[in-house]
Amino acid sequence: MSSVHLNNIVKRFGNFTAVHPTDLTIPEGDFVTLLGPSGCGKTTNLRMIAGLLDPTEGEILIGGRRMNDVPIHKRNLGIVFQNYALFPHKTVAENVGFGLRYRDVPKSEVPGRVQAALDLVQLPDVGSRYPKALSGGQQQRIALARAIVIEPEVLLLDEPLSALDANLREDMRVELKRIQHQIGVTTVFVTHDQSEALAMSDRIVVMSAGRVEQVGTPEEVYNTPASTFVANFLGASNILPARCIGRDPDKIRLQVPQFGVVPVPGERAPGVGEGAAKLVLRAEKLTLLGDGADATGLITAQATVETVDYQGQTVRYFVRLGDTPLQAINMIDTRPFAAGSTVTIGFRPQDCAALQGE
Amino acid sequence: MSVEAREARQPWILLSPALGAVTLLLFVPLLFILVYSFWLRTATGADLAGFYLDNWQEALSDPFYRDILLGTLRIAAITTLVCALMGYPAAYFIARSRGNKAILLLLLMLPFWISYIIRTMSWINILGVSGGLNTFLIAVGLVDEPIQMLYNQTTVILGLVHFLLPFMVLNIYVSLEGIDTNLEDAANSLGATRWQSFLQVTLPLSLPGLAAGGLLCFVLGAGTYITPLVLGGPRDAMFANLVFEAIITQLNWPLGSALSLMLLVVLGALVLIYNRYLGMAQLMKGLG
Ligand SMILES: Nc1ncnc2c1ncn2[C@@H]1O[C@H](COP(=O)(O)OP(=O)(O)OP(=O)(O)O)[C@@H](O)[C@H]1O
Ligand SMILES: [Mg+2]
Repeated sequence: MSSVHLNNIVKRFGNFTAVHPTDLTIPEGDFVTLLGPSGCGKTTNLRMIAGLLDPTEGEILIGGRRMNDVPIHKRNLGIVFQNYALFPHKTVAENVGFGLRYRDVPKSEVPGRVQAALDLVQLPDVGSRYPKALSGGQQQRIALARAIVIEPEVLLLDEPLSALDANLREDMRVELKRIQHQIGVTTVFVTHDQSEALAMSDRIVVMSAGRVEQVGTPEEVYNTPASTFVANFLGASNILPARCIGRDPDKIRLQVPQFGVVPVPGERAPGVGEGAAKLVLRAEKLTLLGDGADATGLITAQATVETVDYQGQTVRYFVRLGDTPLQAINMIDTRPFAAGSTVTIGFRPQDCAALQGE
Repeated sequence: MSVEAREARQPWILLSPALGAVTLLLFVPLLFILVYSFWLRTATGADLAGFYLDNWQEALSDPFYRDILLGTLRIAAITTLVCALMGYPAAYFIARSRGNKAILLLLLMLPFWISYIIRTMSWINILGVSGGLNTFLIAVGLVDEPIQMLYNQTTVILGLVHFLLPFMVLNIYVSLEGIDTNLEDAANSLGATRWQSFLQVTLPLSLPGLAAGGLLCFVLGAGTYITPLVLGGPRDAMFANLVFEAIITQLNWPLGSALSLMLLVVLGALVLIYNRYLGMAQLMKGLG
């Protein structure tokens, strides 16, 4: 178990810069997720930590030791690939035991450690099978067992769940988190799925176009997005131009044309000074109010429902407030509002965040 | 007609031209050869139709034929081994190179555009008494007289390797292409050096291609008569040369038929053994 540091890492492929100068610290034992859209450089970063790619500039430290010139087979990292990459010509037990051959593990101990790893991933009885005789989810567990049996300093996972179907993915999410917690290994997890990132991570690194946009706990990146990109990438947000007209000790006051004055909690508006600003209003925090609903403490306005996207437990409304299109995602108690109806929309100002305006 | 019956017939309809060609051009002639092999050639030069075992007796009992058959298998085996050793690194290099793969594969195919006989003859211009190498050696004064480098077993093997190497490279290349490169990365990450992960992962997974290439080289090598004819000496005849000799020179079709069937059975047995353990599918993959 070790911490990982990226010091000013840059990766270029020819003229194309896949990773712009990046500093990142991954504390020992943490579960850190690299989150971002396709092509933002997540895999590139992971492969540089793994030693599968050489950084163009900068340093990689694992456990305080400079790794740039350490070849991959000496790094003692556990890697789980998106397509599992199990050795098809070896049995499950041989796959899991593979890494132990290259370590000073007495031959007599190998079967026991392999079995312990298989137990940990809850597949104790498949050791003699070949990978192709396992389902996708089982193969994924074996890939995980193979990566952790060597007691790696860092566990690296590149979209390990993306090849699984939705239900299985949720199960494996819980499972993976349980195993990581149990062995306490420093973990770098790559995904483009925000709900996966929010559910599993100690810290999330939101990336966009080769740059780190924000690093923080799931609550921080969700509640206090550092940029428009982050606000939109983690769930849907309404972002409205505003002016900051005053700073109280614990609040800033935003003048928003559509809603009047909105007092936003100070800790959700780091670095916002007087002048141009943006109000970040999450779609889940904007509510459509029925007749006679209690609106105390809410800031409200009248809007027209344009589109209703029914999703079972929740419903997603596209409403229009004057010229401004807004999104709202609400739980349904009875029946959703109909398209075309005029409704009162409202939100609590303390649920909002603010960004510096341009 | 029911849908099932029509569906069951469809593959046969599609296959019929090919099956017709194979029957007419392969099985029927083969049947002729089988029949011929039981005929007898008389001293007058006429063929005596009938069921005589004389040709088979001669082919199977004369140590001359046995020795040449064993020699042929030996040369084919050495050729296959050399092709494997030379072909594997080349195939690996092509499979792992980025970008210019198409050009490398094109270069590999290039020899097929030139007749095999011309390619074989070209060695005479290189190694012959007045060939390029001798001219060079004399010019730089290393030797006074041209050296006789041609017409021995080594040049036969050289010619065969020249002929068969692309088949080997292609077969190995195809199986290497099918291996996920993440597997080697995974092996490396688990602590194996590049060489170890090659031995543990890539090599075993490419064995089917190696075996398919090997079988192809062996069968084609063992069945050739042009290379020993052009590049071999009088004592380097291979089994197919005997068939050639019997049929074309002596006009002894019955004996030639028996001999060619003998070679066919030996090589056929090899193919069957291969098929038993590795399957034909891999071979087809390498050819296509
Ligand atoms: N070997 C390479 N040569 C050239 N460009 C590359 C190479 N590898 C990656 N890139 C480019 O670098 C950028 C980042 O790639 P990367 O694979 O890290 O993205 P990612 O965030 O993992 O995306 P995804 O979610 O699709 O896996 C992409 O634009 C990609 O095209
Ligand atoms: Mg990726």
